[in-house]
Amino acid sequence: MRDVAVIGVGKTAFGVFPDRDLRSLAVEAGEKALKNAHVAPGQIESFYLGNFAGPSFVGQNHLAPYVSTALGIQGVPATRIEAACASSGSAFYHAWSEVASGVNDIVMVVGVEKMTSQPTAKVSEILAEAGDCSGEMRAGNTFASLFAMIARRHMHDFGTKKEHLASVAVKNHANGALNPDAHMRKVITLEQAMNGKPIADPLNIYDCSLISDGAAAVILAPLERAREFSEKPVRILGIAQASDWVALDQKDDITTFPAVRRAGEKAYKMAGVTANDIQFAELHDCFTIAEIIAMEDLGFVPRGEGGPYVFDGHTTRAGERPVNASGGLKAKGHPVGATGVAQIFDLVQQIRCEAGDRQVPRHSVGLAENLGGSGGTCVVTILGAA
Amino acid sequence: MRSGTVYTETVIYSAPEAFVNDVPYQTGIVTLEGGGKVTGRILGDRVQIDDRVVEVEERDGVPFFRKA
Repeated sequence: MRDVAVIGVGKTAFGVFPDRDLRSLAVEAGEKALKNAHVAPGQIESFYLGNFAGPSFVGQNHLAPYVSTALGIQGVPATRIEAACASSGSAFYHAWSEVASGVNDIVMVVGVEKMTSQPTAKVSEILAEAGDCSGEMRAGNTFASLFAMIARRHMHDFGTKKEHLASVAVKNHANGALNPDAHMRKVITLEQAMNGKPIADPLNIYDCSLISDGAAAVILAPLERAREFSEKPVRILGIAQASDWVALDQKDDITTFPAVRRAGEKAYKMAGVTANDIQFAELHDCFTIAEIIAMEDLGFVPRGEGGPYVFDGHTTRAGERPVNASGGLKAKGHPVGATGVAQIFDLVQQIRCEAGDRQVPRHSVGLAENLGGSGGTCVVTILGAA
Repeated sequence: MRSGTVYTETVIYSAPEAFVNDVPYQTGIVTLEGGGKVTGRILGDRVQIDDRVVEVEERDGVPFFRKA
């Protein structure tokens, strides 16, 4: 297996863009990545698109060649991957495996979602299709209510408190306020975060990530060729994808995500590192409780101790292990199909020391965790300076 | 009808399109007597984790529970 490097990244701003369609967002991110990697469209040997629900959100299918041809990429394999909110994390994983195995050298991944052309209740209904529509969703659940039930059980089993959840939102909003491309650049107080409009008890509006439009792109190459293209290649130290039940009620214990644990363990093993070596991370905070559980499942803290760890400030930009310095899904925004690649973009910016006001002090080894649905898919990636 | 204990629950205020007329409503996962878990709706009094519940009806394949 060959070592693989990221040679270029690109991203649109995340937000509500009524005058932009899916393809124009994807093309903007892709063109930025081509420029960043000093690669021409004709050099791309294989193309992956991560997208969750283009057919439902914008009525367009066959999305991979729909986007790749608009980027000037002709004739090569163009493949769409759907894995709920982990769609582009999974696309990234498959692109990596193509380069690592030697099938192709220069491979591009774009993640995109255009969500805001639908009203919120319709968006909830489309997102619900990432759950088990024959059971849990038929009972009237939403993704927020699934994570609310996870939060409720985590509070019951470990004493996690509402203020612990709120502290995740306060931290990520503070980070997002420094990110010029974030959907929401608004600092909030703990009191505000505790008292937002209720969505699904115990979660309120501040516990939920945003409904956003946006795209992100990345280009991969064999590490041995990376410097032909980029002065600042970033190495993929470890990567793994894992799966689990889609329906929450099939799991023995909903306060942990086995797919996160499994992907984390495999990625650590491949990278030859432990949780203690991870200096900073972008974790999938689709809801505040998800960031807390991710830290536990990835071994950053023992089980049940994620809430106090955030509340005590250990994961702020100045803390011992910054989490979601980008603002996370909470403030940066969560165009679901773009999120996995956007996390890679954020790690690469930090490792290249290009994160501006959000730059974390220790930035040579970072981890991204991209979760699909309520844990049916997870992709964990560990990047480091090449 | 089945019975069991509440494994977890939530009260939903922001619903998908098909359920907007029902808010607020409670859903939960129930650990059934005899094993297994099922997701359903809760009618009547709000329930908490470990409360005992009984199934009172089934609509469109969805079990509806009430506090025992």
